[in-house]
Amino acid sequence: MQSIGQMDITSMSLALSAILFTIGVVGVIVRRNAIILFLCIELMLNAVNLAFVAFSRSVGIDGQIFVFFVMTVAAAEAAVGLALVIAIFRHAESVDMKNFNLLRW
Amino acid sequence: MDHFEPTLLWAIALLPLIGFVVNGTLSLLAARRRQALLLTGAGHAVRADAHSGPTDAHAGPTAGPPAVTHADDHATHPASAGRMIPTLVGPGVVMLAFVIALINFIRMLGADLHDPVIETYWQWLPVGSLIVDAAFQLDQLSMLMTLIITGVGSLIHIFSIGYMREDPGYARYFAYLNLFVFFMLVLVLGSSYALMFVGWEGVGLCSYLLIGFWFRDRDKADAGKKAFIVNRIGDVGFLIAMFLIFSNLGSLDFVTVMTAAPATFAFGGGVITAITLFLFLGAAGKSAQIPLHVWLPDAMAGPTPVSALIHAATMVTAGVYLVARSSVLFALAPLSSITVAGIGALTALFAATIALVQNDIKKVLAYSTVSQLGYMFVGVGVGAYAAGVFHLMTHAFFKALLFLGAGAVIHAMHHAYHATHSHADAQDMRNMGGLHRYLKKTWIFMWVATLAISGVWPFAGFFSKDEIIWQTAARAVGPFEPWFRVFWIMAFAAALMTAFYMTRLMIMTFHGENRTGEKERKHLHDVPAVMWAPLAVLAVLSFFGGWINVPAPIASMPVLGWLPSSEWLHHWLEPVIAQADHVFEANVGELAHATPVGGGEAFWAATSFLFATAVIAITAYILMKRKYAPADKALPLRGFANVLYNKWYVDELYDATIVRPIVAVSNGLWRFVDKGLIDGTVNGIGYASRAFGWVGSRLQTGQLNTYAFATVLGALLLLALVVLGGN
Repeated sequence: MQSIGQMDITSMSLALSAILFTIGVVGVIVRRNAIILFLCIELMLNAVNLAFVAFSRSVGIDGQIFVFFVMTVAAAEAAVGLALVIAIFRHAESVDMKNFNLLRW
Repeated sequence: MDHFEPTLLWAIALLPLIGFVVNGTLSLLAARRRQALLLTGAGHAVRADAHSGPTDAHAGPTAGPPAVTHADDHATHPASAGRMIPTLVGPGVVMLAFVIALINFIRMLGADLHDPVIETYWQWLPVGSLIVDAAFQLDQLSMLMTLIITGVGSLIHIFSIGYMREDPGYARYFAYLNLFVFFMLVLVLGSSYALMFVGWEGVGLCSYLLIGFWFRDRDKADAGKKAFIVNRIGDVGFLIAMFLIFSNLGSLDFVTVMTAAPATFAFGGGVITAITLFLFLGAAGKSAQIPLHVWLPDAMAGPTPVSALIHAATMVTAGVYLVARSSVLFALAPLSSITVAGIGALTALFAATIALVQNDIKKVLAYSTVSQLGYMFVGVGVGAYAAGVFHLMTHAFFKALLFLGAGAVIHAMHHAYHATHSHADAQDMRNMGGLHRYLKKTWIFMWVATLAISGVWPFAGFFSKDEIIWQTAARAVGPFEPWFRVFWIMAFAAALMTAFYMTRLMIMTFHGENRTGEKERKHLHDVPAVMWAPLAVLAVLSFFGGWINVPAPIASMPVLGWLPSSEWLHHWLEPVIAQADHVFEANVGELAHATPVGGGEAFWAATSFLFATAVIAITAYILMKRKYAPADKALPLRGFANVLYNKWYVDELYDATIVRPIVAVSNGLWRFVDKGLIDGTVNGIGYASRAFGWVGSRLQTGQLNTYAFATVLGALLLLALVVLGGN
């Protein structure tokens, strides 16, 4: 396996993307604060964006175009998501998701 | 005249069916109306009736539950308008059928008929190679049976008008009785085993319905069930026999079967023996022979005219008819024939011993019937089919007379007890005694029947019973010869017992001091004309009925011989049973025509007559002086008499060896197989599903993180599959 210094820019970008994505995933799994969860999801989206851009160097322009789509959707999602967080807060004076487990057996 | 066309043969059977429909409709309408009135609570009479039920109160003359009997007292005397139609239609259709049968009989007398006349109406069961027609077969045997059924049936219907007059189920009663006559006619007129079986089951149904006629009394309903269930055992035998006949001969028609049988079956072969033994199982069930005799005494729970018609004169003789009808098959199977005779002799003796000590007047007659049926089976078993049928006929006369006479006595007793509101048993002979002062006509008629059944010359029973006993000795040829001697002695002994128990019945009922009770005595009256007139006709038949078949040896005797030798019945039945005789003679040889000891037929006829007369005289002399205690003061019997009184404990034996084990096994099956295995499996599947569901539900925590973790895990799994699985 190559050392980091020998890696080209694509591989490094992909490695960063994987690290960011993993941080996002772990965050979603272990954290309970709705805002943090939200940020972790954004993190995952941007990790994916980074991967798209990195691949566009070798594969073609499609990846960069796709990034714009993701950004657009993420913006929309942020608007809806933040509105949800506010609604949740208004409802329970809290954004801790352990208080929102009504949907179970 | 060679050609003989029956006159309105179909109408003989159809008329009672019409009667059933009319009376049945009336009964249903009446029941519905009464129910409607009951719901609205209108009318005093109806409300009084409500004590004993909306549709059908108990008002029968036999002893019922006292509370119920008194509920429908004088206040609820049923309206006579609703009884007009059943009174006319019920007996009317049967009498009309009798008239048609009589016309056919007279025409048949002149026709010199050799082959049976078959009238086919429609194709009933065309299934593959099995084709069963709805067809009637008229020959000498079915003609005779039809005359007995419609003739004795008419008389009993007329008697019932008086006997059942106050019963709320009057129309229902006649509906059942008409239906019975219809099925009985189908039984004897049907031209194939299949059609006979229809009638066979039909009369079984009617028997069940009429035994349990007063179904509000649990015991009576149970007696009906017992009769039905015990008969099913016999019916299985009948069915298996039919299957065997069809698989071997390809037909169920009597004519085809009887023609083909001698060529198909080897004499005494296994198949024909099996067929006839299974047929006899059916016959034993219907005719109450050992070991299936237990239902008939219990069948006395029905109204007494029913006992007379179904459980004495007609239905229970269907087994004898079946054997006589299958005479060719039985002639081919000597082992089966000797079984029939053996069971018959055993039953004749066994039932007679029980009848010796019974106190219930109907129970004595019931066991007497079982015993006499045993005689008939001895007759047809030894190959004397005509003798068996002859006794069937005379027995129909005198036993119907005895039962109707007993019915008249019970009727009078019941009314006496009813008037004083006493709860004493109206059927217990210990409560009777000296009734000849109050029931003069009944007394005379019943003595005629008693002398007839005891075998006193010149009454009907003498000739028929004597012929069977004589034939048992005379036909002692072939491999089973010693057994005939044994049966002969048994039959003779049973004849003497018959004379004893019948005399005992008469003495206890009609002679000596009256034990009915001081208050009740003045309420004892003889029965109305509608009830004693049938008795009179039957008394005449019981007296003269045997004269149609006086054998030549008796006719040539010094004292007993002034009757003309006729042997008419033998000649009459000749065409039906000639083939069986032919088979017998071809395979066994000529008949012996000799007794084991002493002289010939005349000698033994005279001897049995003297014995019977002596037994009657001695019994009467001894019992006349004896003081009986009324039923409620009587001491229990001791020793052997108690064994006899309890019917040799056969019911208890069956209860212990058959009923209880079946109940125990059923209990075990219920507990371990049904509840344990089947319910366990079904419930187990249910519990397992719930357990899986519970485990699954634990995954639904409601926590976002858990779901996210599951999603990631799933995604990783898919990824691993794609990466590691390769292609």
